[in-house]
Amino acid sequence: MDAEILARVQFAFTVAFHYIYPPLSIGLGIVLVVMEAIWLKTGNPLYHNMARFWTRVFALTFAIGVATGIVMEFEFGTNWATYSRFVGDIFGSALAAEGIFAFFLESGFLAILLFGWNKVGPKLHFFATCMVCFGAHFSAIWIVVANSWMQTPAGYHLETTVNGQAVRLPPEHVLSAADLGTVRAVIDDFWAMVFNPSSVDRLIHVVLGAWMAGAFLVISISAFYLLRKRHLDFAKASMKVGLIVGTVATLLQMLSGDFTAKGVLKNQPAKFAALEGVYQTEARTPMTVIGWVDPVSETVQGLKIPGLLSFLSYEDVNATVTGLHNIPSDDFLKARYPNASPEEITKIRRSYWPPVPATFQFYHIMISIGVALLVIIIIALFMLWSGRLFKTDSKLTRGFLWVLVLSVLGPQIANQAGWFTAEIGRQPWIVYELLKTSEALSKVVTANHILASLIMFTFVYLLLFLVFIFLLTRKIQHGPDHLEEDLEMPDSWKAIIRTKEARA
Amino acid sequence: MDLNIVWYILVGVLLTGYAVLDGFDLGVGTLHLFVKKDEHRRLLLNSIGPVWDGNEVWLVTGGGALFAAFPEAYATVFSGLYLAFMLLLCALIFRAVAIEFRSKEPWGWWRKLWDTAFSLGSFVSALLIGVAMGNMVIGLPLTPDHEYAGTFLSLLNPYALVVGITTVLLFVMHGAIYLAMKNDGELHDIIVGWIPRLIGFFITAYVVLNMLTLVYVPHVLKTVQSRPWILAIVLFGVLIVMNIPREIHKGRRFNAFLSSCLGMIAMMATFGATSFPYMVYSNPNPENSLTIYNAASTEKTLGIMLIIALIGVPIVLAYTACIYWIFRGKTRLTGHSY
Repeated sequence: MDAEILARVQFAFTVAFHYIYPPLSIGLGIVLVVMEAIWLKTGNPLYHNMARFWTRVFALTFAIGVATGIVMEFEFGTNWATYSRFVGDIFGSALAAEGIFAFFLESGFLAILLFGWNKVGPKLHFFATCMVCFGAHFSAIWIVVANSWMQTPAGYHLETTVNGQAVRLPPEHVLSAADLGTVRAVIDDFWAMVFNPSSVDRLIHVVLGAWMAGAFLVISISAFYLLRKRHLDFAKASMKVGLIVGTVATLLQMLSGDFTAKGVLKNQPAKFAALEGVYQTEARTPMTVIGWVDPVSETVQGLKIPGLLSFLSYEDVNATVTGLHNIPSDDFLKARYPNASPEEITKIRRSYWPPVPATFQFYHIMISIGVALLVIIIIALFMLWSGRLFKTDSKLTRGFLWVLVLSVLGPQIANQAGWFTAEIGRQPWIVYELLKTSEALSKVVTANHILASLIMFTFVYLLLFLVFIFLLTRKIQHGPDHLEEDLEMPDSWKAIIRTKEARA
Repeated sequence: MDLNIVWYILVGVLLTGYAVLDGFDLGVGTLHLFVKKDEHRRLLLNSIGPVWDGNEVWLVTGGGALFAAFPEAYATVFSGLYLAFMLLLCALIFRAVAIEFRSKEPWGWWRKLWDTAFSLGSFVSALLIGVAMGNMVIGLPLTPDHEYAGTFLSLLNPYALVVGITTVLLFVMHGAIYLAMKNDGELHDIIVGWIPRLIGFFITAYVVLNMLTLVYVPHVLKTVQSRPWILAIVLFGVLIVMNIPREIHKGRRFNAFLSSCLGMIAMMATFGATSFPYMVYSNPNPENSLTIYNAASTEKTLGIMLIIALIGVPIVLAYTACIYWIFRGKTRLTGHSY
């Protein structure tokens, strides 16, 4: 296999595995903040007990997140050295900012969150929990900013070096193979880079996806305890917190999905056309609910809703959506291939399309799961409101609780599918319409090197994943501490506890 | 002083912070298997428990700062030393998760497995960091395009291996002193018993290393001749390391640890002062070297990054100090411990 494919597979594998954990840290971070806030506010020891249990789950996900995250920090240099040289002036600062503003905050206050229960006062502990949660969010901000710049580069210009002097290249300059190694992208405007056209949309989308991951983990484990009729008070209260966070996140995610898709339409038309397999430009474009793309005949088979894509894109069922045969534009291609005939241009155009079937399927997996989770959360809210959710003897309730137990997989799969859509849909570019993925590799790293490290990571990560699942299962089986044991705390903490009457 | 020099120093500060802080973690890890009782092993883990994670962030941030300020050096070093870094990452992963996993189950085989992972991971990390440093001192063979022209095996040259072993011994000494500071009772006495020997090992290796450097790395010798003030830093380092046994003898554990930290800072400063202005020295063909100028980002980015650093670093230092303060005192095992 060639080095490009292997380097992409390796990066995809290591980043996808890593991405199981940060969304859980972000989402559980929010859940922990909510639980500790309720504990401080009401003085109900049950919430202290909950915060302690979920902190232990948090610690497990956090440790693996950190361990696998270090790999990512260096993989740009190891696998994508040409890319790193080309964009270091811009991309590096986002990564460094992530280290300084996010990682230190997270890991520093994590010490208090995990080990500070009896060392500091309850308010300082709550503050530390908030800081860990902020840190996790800051980290998301900077990494999504960096990735969004690759999707929609802004605030930069190209620069080359002539006789040791930096020379600014005009915006219309087209990068050629000969330029690599001498031309680089350099920053013009830091804030234009940070707030590039897609970063805010995508950041919100990613963070809400992470909240859903955390919330559905809590919902799932709580539903499991309800089914087993264990730790009932704990499970009911945790379920409610999970449902609150989950409902907010899922509802907002629908809006965010709409914004994000419209952003893709505006900024990355090729990706947008690939999401729905739109080859020909046409009016009244349908949206496929479920289906498959045949890239040879350039058609999509499946269940379609006529005009829906036009409506969602332009709020008009008869609007025209640009198909892949008009993307990229003739002007774009002529600038790169000035001597090509119109027939050749048509052929070349295809090499600028992302892999349509893969983009289409990952996108539809994400959308379908998103809708399914919305339905699940609405039913859960209805059952909670009508008092049926906790009636663990009813068959209907038990069936639905099993759905909730499995729902933890939903956000995980959707988050992964979303990233695969975003990254595959950007191909063949590593930096959109600027640098191709095939040009971005490390020149000195051979396919064998990458294969060797890929095999190593496969074994290591498989082992980590098995141990993670095993320890998580054990933690769930063990459950929260007994409330009485948990109450052995310093007087400053005990002072928070108020009786039910006092709370009322 | 231009921004390139400022960033040379700042990246150096971050990597020195990493060496000083994660250095004791890696040292504690390397010593882990030499401590036999389960309770003692738990004390070892919990001595670094609240802080190891934050310590590792210095490496991540150092890497990020290197990428941002000197992308050419970042790209050349990490792609050139590909397999070595993959091994280092693997070792760091095992060591990190082993801390979290180890005490979760009471079974003998489980604890043995993760004890070994933790200890070997720490040892290999320290060794590879040292080997990488050693190669940076000798210089890497670079092409005119600043690409690495050597192989994986050429990284494992005798000089680099000596630096690797010296680094392991340095971290082990540093870690033992940290443990002596953080513990009392039986474990404390065991560790304190080891310290004189560990200091002896390190000083021997350090002297051998310096002699080898003068003989086998002529460009370093030349640099030192033209910058004789570097010898003052070396001398300070040697004196401060010699101070460690004295402090230990007088029972001043904290001062001993502080001396060890200062000794490491002096060694990193020596390294930085002899390397300057090279980010990656090319050997042979020094004209292909990466310097703080031809490897750097634009002045604009260095300026923006400096603002980020000036806002971020004081805040980081402040709360890192607070956290070390909150977790001061002797390590005790409780329900929250590893």
